[in-house]
Amino acid sequence: MAKLKYTPFNLGRWLVWGGTALVMILLPFVFTEGFTLTLMSQIGIGVIFALSYNMLLGQGGMLSFGHAVYSGLGAYFSVHALNLMAKGSFVFPVTLLPLVGGAAGLVFGVVFGYVTTKKSGTTFAMISLGIGEMVFACSLMFPGFFGGEGGITTNRVIGQPFLGISYGPAIQVYYLIVAWTLACMAAMFAWTQTPLGRMANAVRDNPERAEFVGYDTHMVRFLTLLISSFFAGIAGGLNCINYEIVTAENVGALRSAGVLMATFIGGAGFFFGPIIGSIVFFIMVIAVGAMTKAWAFYLGLLFLLIVLYAPGGFASLIVMHLPVLKARLMHRLWLPYAAALATGAVLLAGLVSVVEMTYHYSLESKTAPEMTLFGFAFNVTDTLPWAVAIGLLVGGFVISRFAWKTVGRAWGDVVHVVQRQSA
Amino acid sequence: MEFFLISTLNGISYGLLLFMLSSGLTIIFSMMGVLNFAHASFYMIGAYFAYQISTVIGFWPALVIAPLLVGVIGMMIERHGLRSVHKYGHVAELLFTFGLAYLIEETIHLIWGRSSVEYRVPPSLDGAAFTLFTTEYPLYRVFMMAASVFMLISIYLTLTRSRIGLVIQASLTHPQTVEALGHNVPRVFMLVFGGGSALAGLAGVIGGNAFVTEPGMAAAVGPIVFVIVVVGGMGSLAGAFIASLLIGVLQTFSVALDYSFIDLAARLGIAIGPDAPFAALWKLTISQTAPVLPYLLMVLMLIFRPKGIMGTREG
Repeated sequence: MAKLKYTPFNLGRWLVWGGTALVMILLPFVFTEGFTLTLMSQIGIGVIFALSYNMLLGQGGMLSFGHAVYSGLGAYFSVHALNLMAKGSFVFPVTLLPLVGGAAGLVFGVVFGYVTTKKSGTTFAMISLGIGEMVFACSLMFPGFFGGEGGITTNRVIGQPFLGISYGPAIQVYYLIVAWTLACMAAMFAWTQTPLGRMANAVRDNPERAEFVGYDTHMVRFLTLLISSFFAGIAGGLNCINYEIVTAENVGALRSAGVLMATFIGGAGFFFGPIIGSIVFFIMVIAVGAMTKAWAFYLGLLFLLIVLYAPGGFASLIVMHLPVLKARLMHRLWLPYAAALATGAVLLAGLVSVVEMTYHYSLESKTAPEMTLFGFAFNVTDTLPWAVAIGLLVGGFVISRFAWKTVGRAWGDVVHVVQRQSA
Repeated sequence: MEFFLISTLNGISYGLLLFMLSSGLTIIFSMMGVLNFAHASFYMIGAYFAYQISTVIGFWPALVIAPLLVGVIGMMIERHGLRSVHKYGHVAELLFTFGLAYLIEETIHLIWGRSSVEYRVPPSLDGAAFTLFTTEYPLYRVFMMAASVFMLISIYLTLTRSRIGLVIQASLTHPQTVEALGHNVPRVFMLVFGGGSALAGLAGVIGGNAFVTEPGMAAAVGPIVFVIVVVGGMGSLAGAFIASLLIGVLQTFSVALDYSFIDLAARLGIAIGPDAPFAALWKLTISQTAPVLPYLLMVLMLIFRPKGIMGTREG
């Protein structure tokens, strides 16, 4: 029987992917400082890592607290491979080094995955946490492989430059990361369209029914984890090239927590969610981290707010507005949004003041009580700045509640109109 | 013999402390189905509160006030946080408590700094309780054991003999029926969550000065408490008790034993040189493997007996 299949040329999809590639390639020409190049390199690696994580959380419904195991072990195998390559006992191009990491991730996926994927839900979460802690504890037991406290260092510039590419300058590494990121993004998107990708969704939504149809849910979860750990390993290999050092932090709980937060903040329900999430996450870590020591507090607060009020992440907020845009009703929302933004700014100013002043007070109230915030210089032991900060916080909260109510009402009206139009 | 007795006593006192944490966690789990990631954070808050209170009015008031404060915080979190994510399912609840644990650690950084604080054993409890062979056994360890056992008995009596305890027990298995009989089940949940948090806070008050009060203490104890709950069987108090003592004794003994596989082989008359295959593995001593053992136990348990020692359900 002839196969009947018609796939229309999906212009929108080509535009989005082409645009993403173009932006990634052109960004270094717009932002020329070294700082942004490091940031963008990390975002690129983070995108691969978060997308691989979302295969588990978003597509497979498995909440993992130990995903850094696969990327970290991938990074360790890459760094040892790179050191062997430098000695000449192992011949392999540096460009393809992430494949070594990917292979290592895959192997450990086979080792740990078969047991962990027997169950999903809380059991999976617990056992992934246990394996994460176990591997991290092992890193201190085997200093020969993990390098102990100092980690393993390497040099990515080995052999003769090929076509002028030596991976010495950061810009060359950035383009290597861009190439790998685009390839992995495309591959992971393609995976979501395969029968296995679809079955992963089915097993996530209704494992019992999937089993009745004749699929082995354990096998589907296991295969999903294998592919996910392969891509996590690739991210680890790129990390090794980017930093030229691999420490035990790479397999640690904080790294696992980071990828979970990045993915969830972006939105686990959509393919592009983790991409947005990584961008937000690394801007929080690096850009906000350069400004204040309390960046982790703000990150945690953002994560908690997303869990409480927008469990679909930023991606769901964007997707929510598409039908409204289509119905040309956005003009009804601008005013409430502007109000929410203005009152939110007051609330944020109050919060930031209280947090920064608390931090300054607990660290340096004895030695250097003077501090500058938003251009105001004051003494942190005085009462007035505290009164202003707490006033902003409480006042901002009160007026924000009004603004949120207005937004809620306007949104309800708009949704009502959209539904009536489509009906 | 002396080493054996002292280590057993230390292991039991540590295990009892762990049980104070795991009992709250396991009751909360069996009631709400939430594995509370922030449970160890309440332990940390308890220690910090006790430190702050004890610098002002002393240790004994702190012993009462700090756990109560932690309990109130726990209730507020259940009422205003956890209850509103409940509608999104268990994963959302797990993520909420996970984010909460992260935020609590950062708040501790914010207020008390990144290094440890000087939370000390009060002078009245500082000293030796009795002498065992040649070692003086510290009085504070005995106090820890006594406080844990006292708490244990009072929880047992509350759960089995009091009216509220019976309502709690009934709500574990048949929340709809209990609600139909006119009890406010959400309020029972809130009380249980607060009670569990207060218990963790109390563990922090008496554990914080026996060990170290630092921002990393929640992250150090948290995974161990999870291991206990999983090994003991999700939702089983008796299982959690056995597993707590098991892990407490296991950890105390393993950090003190300096034998490796090479020593064992030497006993049997086989010599393993430094260049034998996998030499790094054979020369590991038991004390070096100590941090891995609880997790190894948990993974093995989940493979061979997923419902735990005393558990009745899987997963």
